[in-house]
Amino acid sequence: MSGAYYEKTARINLTTGEIKVEKLDLDTARKFIGGRGLGTKLLYDEGVAVCEPLSPENKLIYITGPMTGTSTPSSGRYMVVTKSPLTGMIACANSGGVWGAKLKFAGWDALIVEGAAEEWTYITVEDDRIELHSAKEYMGLMSEELDEKLKEKYGASASVLSIGVAGENQSLLAAVMNDKDRAAGRSGVGAVQGSKKLKAIVVKASRKQLDNIYDLAELKEANKRALKVISENPVTSSGLRALGTAVLVNIINSVGSLPTRNWQESYAEYADQVSGEALAEKYLVKPGACYHCPIVCGRIINCNGRVVGGPEYEPLWAYGPDCGVSDLNAVDESNMWCNEYGLDAIGTPTTIAAAMELYQRGYIKEEECDGVPLEWGSAEAIVEWTKRMGDPKSPLAKLMSSGSARLCEAYGHPEISMSVKKQEIPAYDARGIQGIGLNYATANCGAAHVRGYTISPEILGLPQQLDRTTTEGKAEWVKIFQDLTAVIDSMGNCLFTSFAMGAQEYADLLNAATGTSWTTEQLLEIGDRIYNIERMFNKAAGMKPEDDRLPKRLLEEPITNGPSKGMVSALPEMLPLYYAARGWEGAFPTDETLKKLGLDECVGK
Amino acid sequence: MIEVKLFATFREGREKAYSLSAEKFHTASEILKELDIPEKDVAILLINGFHSRPESAVADGDTVSLFPPVAGG
Repeated sequence: MSGAYYEKTARINLTTGEIKVEKLDLDTARKFIGGRGLGTKLLYDEGVAVCEPLSPENKLIYITGPMTGTSTPSSGRYMVVTKSPLTGMIACANSGGVWGAKLKFAGWDALIVEGAAEEWTYITVEDDRIELHSAKEYMGLMSEELDEKLKEKYGASASVLSIGVAGENQSLLAAVMNDKDRAAGRSGVGAVQGSKKLKAIVVKASRKQLDNIYDLAELKEANKRALKVISENPVTSSGLRALGTAVLVNIINSVGSLPTRNWQESYAEYADQVSGEALAEKYLVKPGACYHCPIVCGRIINCNGRVVGGPEYEPLWAYGPDCGVSDLNAVDESNMWCNEYGLDAIGTPTTIAAAMELYQRGYIKEEECDGVPLEWGSAEAIVEWTKRMGDPKSPLAKLMSSGSARLCEAYGHPEISMSVKKQEIPAYDARGIQGIGLNYATANCGAAHVRGYTISPEILGLPQQLDRTTTEGKAEWVKIFQDLTAVIDSMGNCLFTSFAMGAQEYADLLNAATGTSWTTEQLLEIGDRIYNIERMFNKAAGMKPEDDRLPKRLLEEPITNGPSKGMVSALPEMLPLYYAARGWEGAFPTDETLKKLGLDECVGK
Repeated sequence: MIEVKLFATFREGREKAYSLSAEKFHTASEILKELDIPEKDVAILLINGFHSRPESAVADGDTVSLFPPVAGG
């Protein structure tokens, strides 16, 4: 019994049209779990680290974890693993919805897409049968209309993954969308799909559940324990369902770490107007859930008469205070356009915020703005510039659709881009919350909160309260959070389960489903292995030690207002301790560390 | 005065904010009692933006922010 893996991947060459079924090596799968870990290992072995990300040489891996599609909590995740055109390094964008579970039900662990089609194409996966079709009639459609049209053709049980117009245009902020409004959002994975002229992947499956669990009785028991932990935890049982991730707006503002006007301030008087509380009061229709999720953090909202997926905390912050905007309806609408055009709802608004600072300082001129000046607080600007970035016509819109790093560099002021490894930083000020800054600097995919979410201990007190203002112990906390996150991602469960579940619950679920017998220590070692192979991919891709950095503003310009006024990031203090904890020298693993982690293929590289 | 801000479900059946006399309230715990919020329901208690405990002292000009168990990402 292969235990929750179907041991089957499809290699789809869009240049030749050839589709090959390949057997997944189970030992390798178990060594890297699946999803993010296995996807990175496969990509590393494909030798694409040195390729031009938007060339046919790059590969796109759509991959599930062994737990994807199981009865375990929040198990609808799949990942898009590729070389990022935004960062030039490893990309692993993770999404929920139901598409991932259906790919697994169809009997596939992963699809490896290579080459590039001559004409726009879409793929259908119907159980064993994989076919290529002309996508000509679907070009230029918004995510929702495309989803509806393909479901008309393939039936309501089909699930659609696609790129929007932003991906067609190879915007470096393009997401891969699925199920209308779920996004594998970051690192420009949608641009890679666009470069291959692949519009969509439609999945249909006869199976309604997995039929290859190693020990079903044991999984039921482990699942019961996991669900109990989730239902007894006030955050996962009711907190996230009530207000979604949006509840963080007021919390992070209250600790003076809500970046405002492109991080020129860190506290906004009007934050409550764009908060989770305001969203629930004014626009919430109902909470929404991904596949098999008891947490139900999604927001279904009313936006100008349309019922659509609502904003998470990140876009509420980025379109709101980071752009100086207090108009919640405009934030909702901008977020909706991100989904419709298939844009990263973090990278897009934060790039608008950077453009607003360039405008404030006179570097972007009014005449470049085509009638919609990039003024702080302008509701019209966030809506209109999002649409322009989705389908750029003017030189400025084109530049903005490539992200803030390239935008600010083009205007001669790279310091205004609040990014790491050219990927925009999310919604927590690293000057007021020390550990998260170390995670931003060292995340292999560029700035990301979902690699080592130290906000849990530093702000939310989970699993214990740490002092957000100090550096003590943060290197170790960041490492362990990064390693456990790599495990959870690779399993195919949602990271939010970790607000309640611990390493033991994950080990029990994984062991029952796959037949392994990992201890929690071994599981964390796998997380460490995954983190290290990602780093070795980056090394091969040309990453330099100085890429583990934070923008100058966070290191040298103290916070100017609010409760954290006067604080700066102490990254230089933490970074050497972090490298020591990882067994790295000069930002990269030593051969000894690689050998210890069983990464012999990386030794000497 | 002490400014007290309530968030998330603490707003149900209560105001969003209260101004309380600094002469009458000396600890966060006394404020919780006044607002009928059980200590065990409070996940995050901030005084002037810094994590504090129910027994922490409050003084004139302070802002107390109260959150039930919530999370996000």
